[in-house]
Amino acid sequence: MDMSEEVLQEATPGLLPGSGTARAAKPTRLSPSFISWLQAGPMMLVFLAFFLIPLVFVVIVSFWDYNEYQLLPAFSGRGYTDTFEGCIAQLPDLCTIGKTYVMTLKLCFMVWAITLFLGFWVAYFLAFHVKSKTWQMGLSLLCTIPFWTSNVIRMIAWIPLLGRNGLVNSGLMKTGLINHPLEWLLFSEFSVVLALVHLFTFFMVVPIFNSMVRIDKSLIEAAYDAGATGFQTLVNVIIPLAKPGIVIGSIFVITIVMGDFITIGVMGGQQIAAAGKIIETRVNALQFPAAAANAVILLAITFLIITMMSRIVDIKKEL
Amino acid sequence: MKEGRPRSFYVLAIFFAAYVLFLYGPMIAIYVLSFQGPQGGLTFPMNGVSTFWIAKLFQGTGIVDLGAAFRRSLLLGVIVMIATVVLSVAAGMAFRRKFKAQSILFYSAIASLIVPSIITSLGISLEFRIIDDLIKAHWNENFETSMGLLTSGLGAHLTWTLPFGLLIMFAIFNRFDPRLEEAARDLGATPWQTFRHVVLPIILPSVIGIGLFGFTLSWDELARSSQAIGAVNTLPLDLQGLTTTVTNPDIYALGTVISAVSFAVITLALGTIHMLNKRQAAKGSDAGKGLV
Repeated sequence: MDMSEEVLQEATPGLLPGSGTARAAKPTRLSPSFISWLQAGPMMLVFLAFFLIPLVFVVIVSFWDYNEYQLLPAFSGRGYTDTFEGCIAQLPDLCTIGKTYVMTLKLCFMVWAITLFLGFWVAYFLAFHVKSKTWQMGLSLLCTIPFWTSNVIRMIAWIPLLGRNGLVNSGLMKTGLINHPLEWLLFSEFSVVLALVHLFTFFMVVPIFNSMVRIDKSLIEAAYDAGATGFQTLVNVIIPLAKPGIVIGSIFVITIVMGDFITIGVMGGQQIAAAGKIIETRVNALQFPAAAANAVILLAITFLIITMMSRIVDIKKEL
Repeated sequence: MKEGRPRSFYVLAIFFAAYVLFLYGPMIAIYVLSFQGPQGGLTFPMNGVSTFWIAKLFQGTGIVDLGAAFRRSLLLGVIVMIATVVLSVAAGMAFRRKFKAQSILFYSAIASLIVPSIITSLGISLEFRIIDDLIKAHWNENFETSMGLLTSGLGAHLTWTLPFGLLIMFAIFNRFDPRLEEAARDLGATPWQTFRHVVLPIILPSVIGIGLFGFTLSWDELARSSQAIGAVNTLPLDLQGLTTTVTNPDIYALGTVISAVSFAVITLALGTIHMLNKRQAAKGSDAGKGLV
């Protein structure tokens, strides 16, 4: 497709009548709406083929039957009943899926709270204390560069520090604070949370920073002039105005942790069960309908969380 | 009002420095450890300094066929980069005007960004499995699979890179002065000339930024590749496979090599952006600045 067709008349919207009459009026020119389709169509097609239709397949397959080695395209609730097996029988104890979701939500909450704290203050420093634009750019870039490098490498990077003979353990042993190496430093919930915070605080910093730089500085001066303390200004002026960024950052972090299976796998020593990991396990066992059923459940819970959060802020207006 | 910096500045500056150390410290540790001596282990202290482990990687005596995975990842990364740039710029231009499916496309992009990767990946793999089954049933019984690096793998990566590309285009056109285009038109430029000689040079630094995101996100992509890449592995998948089995610095050496590519691309992109910005500042017109 010639690019010139795509951008033809880019600068002259509205000069021509709508698509219905365009051909009759000026046969050599394409109507603006047709050009929009040419421009946006390819991206739409990619999302259709590799995101929207696959999601539909996930829902459909979750209602299919299966045996040890293949999919059986016949309606069955087995994917779901297998997933919730024993959930009623074992009451009041939680069944496997229940425990897994409690664990996932717990990780989610811890990572969210820590990334929010870190992200907020990093963004605050960049937005309000760094005055020169060049420095602001440079320091933001410093925070962004790790995002462009491999996540797995950033996970492995903790091994020489937290391992049994790692820097932390040998340091603590030398100072005599402990006699035996601490076992919970690596391949534990602690290392999972640490790695998730390490990887994804970036997703909190960017939107909060974006909200903060848009705050009119005179509002803050006005608050001071009216006698507000630094803390009052923070709580009553800055936090409310930074709220859109906080909500968007929170949505990113929560959805990432909800679906994560790689960080939890690598840093948890493949021992911690989480929502994303069940899907992976089921796929590896070739139980696709069960994997799909778990994906539908995860999607529903994620969607619920996002809906609740986007009640607080209109995402489209903030981008 | 200002007499020096407030105390909160110093507190937060230390906080920020600690955060940066937290970001980079562990990474630097493994870069250093990949230069262990031949007897070296997985942790400090260093047992001599050598390029033994990195050399071993390139000899192909290690656990993975590095060369093949490297070429596959590079090929995929470059294709994803080109596709991300072209599709994002085109769609970004479309969003400057109202069109019918506008909000469908917008919400698809946002959803693609936040729906957990494992679900997208599973969906793509199911889609291709079903397509395979259909082909086997109706056309060719001996058909192997339509899944692969440049079919399902490419699609999976684009669902991750395109939302970033589109959001960057939004940011660009939020601060783009449309009067520049009006001026070009008034001077008789065709729409294509306006795009080629006015719009593109202005947005070029950010377009390179989109390319940077496209390549690096694909180069390191793991979660979406996991189910959708087909029979072959990309470099990050090989690296992840090593995490459960390896007991010597091979894995750090591989990490260092992968990062070296990332850093080379980042430096190249940022250098080009810097150069373009400088040239724009020096030679750019004063349109939009005066006479207002």
